[in-house]
Amino acid sequence: MKQMIGLEHYLVVAATLFVIGIFGLFLNRKNVIILLMSIELMLLAVNINLVAFSSFLGDLVGQVFTLFVLTVAAAEAAIGLAILVSFFRNRGTIAVEDVSVMKG
Amino acid sequence: MTVAAFAFYLFALCVIAGGLMTVVSRHPVHSVLWLILSFISSAGLFVLLGAEFVAMLLIIVYVGAVAVLFLFVVMMLDVDFAELKAGMAQYFPIAVLIGLVLLMQFGLAFGDWRVSDLAEGQRQAVAPVGVDNTTSLGLLIYDQYFLLFQLAGLILLVAMIGAIVLTIRHRKDVKRQNVLTQMWRDPAAAVENVNVVPGQGLLKIPGRDKDKNRGQ
Repeated sequence: MKQMIGLEHYLVVAATLFVIGIFGLFLNRKNVIILLMSIELMLLAVNINLVAFSSFLGDLVGQVFTLFVLTVAAAEAAIGLAILVSFFRNRGTIAVEDVSVMKG
Repeated sequence: MTVAAFAFYLFALCVIAGGLMTVVSRHPVHSVLWLILSFISSAGLFVLLGAEFVAMLLIIVYVGAVAVLFLFVVMMLDVDFAELKAGMAQYFPIAVLIGLVLLMQFGLAFGDWRVSDLAEGQRQAVAPVGVDNTTSLGLLIYDQYFLLFQLAGLILLVAMIGAIVLTIRHRKDVKRQNVLTQMWRDPAAAVENVNVVPGQGLLKIPGRDKDKNRGQ
């Protein structure tokens, strides 16, 4: 199996996913929810990279690090969505260009 | 093509397609569903790589918690998503341009890339042979990386408190139970015996003013 599907295959998938995430950031510049989802996609790409290297090198630290990336991703999603909800409650919109007045 | 190779290409295709549809989808609920497909497929990739624990964690944390959280928020907020999508065509060229530039840079990096001979010797935690992935990962986390593991838990705690603080809301127009007021109420002062003289009645009802405040 590992002779056929090499490390490069996984790296290509991860790189493509990361580029899709960046693409999504620029494509959905108004919609914060999709922006957060794009960030999740990029973190997923990083995770795929870490696990692929960990598996092919036989080093478990990559998977431990994936655990921490997962933690940070979950925390980031929770906080981001909480900010989004309270912002929507105050202003009735989630468009990014309206966020410029958020001070103090 | 072996079964493993076929599974890899299937999962890889699902990951890429799910990611792309997440980004370009017209409705955010569809975006979240495509995101879930992407997460589950990458969990499949992780299983192929022999990292079962991280794969299951991905399904539990990402699909079970994060994606459902997204779904909740998308459905809860009453937002006109069509208006938010209006500028998409305007940003499309620059997004494609940046994506292509980034892809080209990744291609350049991949072009001249090889594993160093020293890489084998610099492994921090060599995966033990003949031990389950979950077992060996658990031995590593609870031994060598215990402090970092606890700190990760602390991050989650801070995130939880932050999310609660950000979204909690005290409504003014709702009657609430004040337990302390109820507990501190003095039984002696609550009831008053009044000697009513027959034929005269009471001009002022004792304790009536206090009664008004009691419900607050």
